[in-house]
Amino acid sequence: MPQPDAGILARAPQIVAALREVLPEDAVIWDPEETRAYECDALTAYRCPPLAVVLPRTTEEVAAAMRICHEMRVPVVPRGAGTSLAGGALPTADSVIIATLRLREVLEINTANRFIRVQTGVTNLSVSAELEPQGFFYAPDPSSQLACTIAGNIAMNSGGAHCLKYGVTTNNLMGATVVLPTGEVVELGGPEMGPTGLDLMGLLCGSEGQLGIVTEATLRILPRPEGARPVLIGFDGAEVAGECVARIIRSGVLPVAIEYMDDVCLRAVEAFAHAGYPDCAAVLIVEVEGSPAEIDHQIARIREIAGALNPVEFRESRNADEAMAIWKGRKSAFGAMGRLGDYICLDGTVPVGQLPYTLKMIGELSRQHGLEVANVFHAGDGNMHPLILFNANKPGDLERAEAFGNDILRLCVDVGGCLTGEHGVGIEKRDLMGKQYDGPDLEIQMAVKDVFDPRWLLNPAKVFPLDASRPWREEAATR
Amino acid sequence: MIPKTPSRAGLNPASEAELGALIAERFAARQPLRLAGGGTRVETGHLPGDTLSTAAISGVVTYEPGEMTLIARAGTPVDQIEAMLAAEGQALAFEPADMRGVLGQGGTPTIGGVVAANASGPRRMLAGACRDHLLGLRFVDGQGRVLKNGGRVMKNVTGLDLGKLFCGAHGTLGVLTEVALKTLPHLPDRCTLGLHGVTVEEAVAIFSAALATPFEVSGAAFRDGTAWLRVEGLGPQMDYRRDRLLALLAPRETELLDAEATLALWRGLRDLAHFAGLDAPLWRVLVKPSDAPATVRALQALGGEASLDWGGGLVWYCGPGSAQAVRQVAPHATLLRRGGLTGPAFPPEAPAVARLSAGLRQRFDPAGILNPGLMDQ
Repeated sequence: MPQPDAGILARAPQIVAALREVLPEDAVIWDPEETRAYECDALTAYRCPPLAVVLPRTTEEVAAAMRICHEMRVPVVPRGAGTSLAGGALPTADSVIIATLRLREVLEINTANRFIRVQTGVTNLSVSAELEPQGFFYAPDPSSQLACTIAGNIAMNSGGAHCLKYGVTTNNLMGATVVLPTGEVVELGGPEMGPTGLDLMGLLCGSEGQLGIVTEATLRILPRPEGARPVLIGFDGAEVAGECVARIIRSGVLPVAIEYMDDVCLRAVEAFAHAGYPDCAAVLIVEVEGSPAEIDHQIARIREIAGALNPVEFRESRNADEAMAIWKGRKSAFGAMGRLGDYICLDGTVPVGQLPYTLKMIGELSRQHGLEVANVFHAGDGNMHPLILFNANKPGDLERAEAFGNDILRLCVDVGGCLTGEHGVGIEKRDLMGKQYDGPDLEIQMAVKDVFDPRWLLNPAKVFPLDASRPWREEAATR
Repeated sequence: MIPKTPSRAGLNPASEAELGALIAERFAARQPLRLAGGGTRVETGHLPGDTLSTAAISGVVTYEPGEMTLIARAGTPVDQIEAMLAAEGQALAFEPADMRGVLGQGGTPTIGGVVAANASGPRRMLAGACRDHLLGLRFVDGQGRVLKNGGRVMKNVTGLDLGKLFCGAHGTLGVLTEVALKTLPHLPDRCTLGLHGVTVEEAVAIFSAALATPFEVSGAAFRDGTAWLRVEGLGPQMDYRRDRLLALLAPRETELLDAEATLALWRGLRDLAHFAGLDAPLWRVLVKPSDAPATVRALQALGGEASLDWGGGLVWYCGPGSAQAVRQVAPHATLLRRGGLTGPAFPPEAPAVARLSAGLRQRFDPAGILNPGLMDQ
């Protein structure tokens, strides 16, 4: 991270006073004891307490805080629940955090027009909970959904296990109230199936807090399916499991989820959750939806496809308990891995056809780096989550794990994929962006940021490599 | 009347590199260009400059059914892509329309034109728009630089998502040369339920009820007193969904169309066959479905006819109403077929949004040579 601006640090009391002038007493935190709680997100290896934290309750309060920061040239770090795995909400010492945590109101549930409008500090899971009585749900379901907020989901364009069928956040976002870095408020999209001009909302979704802070959102809602059931398929090789995924997709059956776990992960999960998984090289969990008869039909098709590939096990769930047993291991995978030691969780995506090769190469890299890796991921869309195990107390181990991780991400790009499928670039993958995009491809993205954030104050030092953004930041400092 | 088009050159670069060089020249000379894929989707006759078509930058680069991924050059004909996908039981789920009939134009629709227009037909309300299926793109910006964004994989949050901006930008930010799209299985069985003699209010109520079920209604359109619902599925799924919907609609009398009649009906609804061959202006209006009945009534009061798609979320109005009168009823109306009307086709944006849009155009097309005057005002 760049050196904090000494001038801003020296002006801290004036900045806090200016914020307090326009915001309620309890909305501005300056006490170092309290700001320490905001020193990191879920990428805990990097920490830095901010200059101050603002906790607004309304769009107007967010706008007022942004206006002050703009006028006083103070960097702003937007924050939802702080569950980013990429350091997307990591502060700098000279920055003010504007957190959406207190923007918690559900503004409108409209089933006739199939949308819900919320303040963006509501958690992902609570949106679906609000909709349950009406028989609707909100589709994106990142695994942090108990804690993560809609604001963060929009910033990072979050996905989840069910996006094979329902898409990610950008496909389910209809409208956004956005506070620009100047403090100006704009409405993008809305309950209509737009847009009619340039799709600025589509641009904003996934922009990692580089363009504005979303304070209210209109989200597409869907009727709940009648039922869902998973099957578990065990294979004795990664290659054949990958082939099975491709064949299922080709067959015309579109499952809501296809999850993959490798042998390292399976053993950890068994030891931890006793889910009764087979001891084999790879397990797929495939979930289909519909009425009981529809589910039976789809599962029969999947059985036929998998059967031709000689699975070591094909386990069908016949009731809710058996379904839960199948999901139990997958859902506890991250916890189970945590018992094996520290890990970093990667997020590259590869073309589905490249899964077997990529898994093989990850195995080779694991041997080269001398660190163990487990693979558990969304196979239907090729979004991999290799978990690299290391010992945080062993000097140099984190650096080795990071170097291993970077090699995996480069591999993802080399086989036609990308650095990040759903976690975002943040600071974690910032310096790898040059691997994905050539200079001019990055320049045009920074030109876009420059339009929204002419002083380059929003979420500084994220997404764009510092060398590449330096001329832009220097130019911005003169404005 | 639209003034007679002055004679102008037709430019047909055969490669991305050639296109880049050509635009760099025009950028240096500050000479505007009218952009077209096959020239079938947008009226640009009133715009200045030579016509530049990407039709010669054509061909499928790769199609992987098992990955649900298609990469094609911008000029690739849409029907070539649709035939290729159909052979694998897949389709472009957003069902782009063929606008030749309604705009009275010849030419061959291209995949680049589909993306540039964010063309999305009846299935949009279930499956999303073209912009929801675009995975990556290559384009030439207004300075002639060849750039790319996104990629070919289904989940990708690496950097800013410029693809969303390009869907529906009608070439004003850059000229597409290659697009990567998500393909989806085409559910093999389909039928249509038709409810005749219903008012627009009843139609929207029917749509809202049907779309609140988990039966994945993939079309909900209304015209000329009939509400149509399309049901699709795999194997017994379609029969089950149809029967449940029939039960929901009972005791209304429902006409049932078979698979073949369903294909023909929805092709017509998608392509606005009912407004083809007419001269009157044609407007596209996006509304909340519950606002559709009042919008339709107010537009019909201006003369002419209106139809609905997307369960009421999309109103098509074909009639003699003046631009001012139409926009008074429907501020978000876009003029699709001018029919003699002059003035901007796109609705005005809120000042702050307009400023952002103008800022973006300035960065992508600093000399203002790409379809100037089409979307900006």
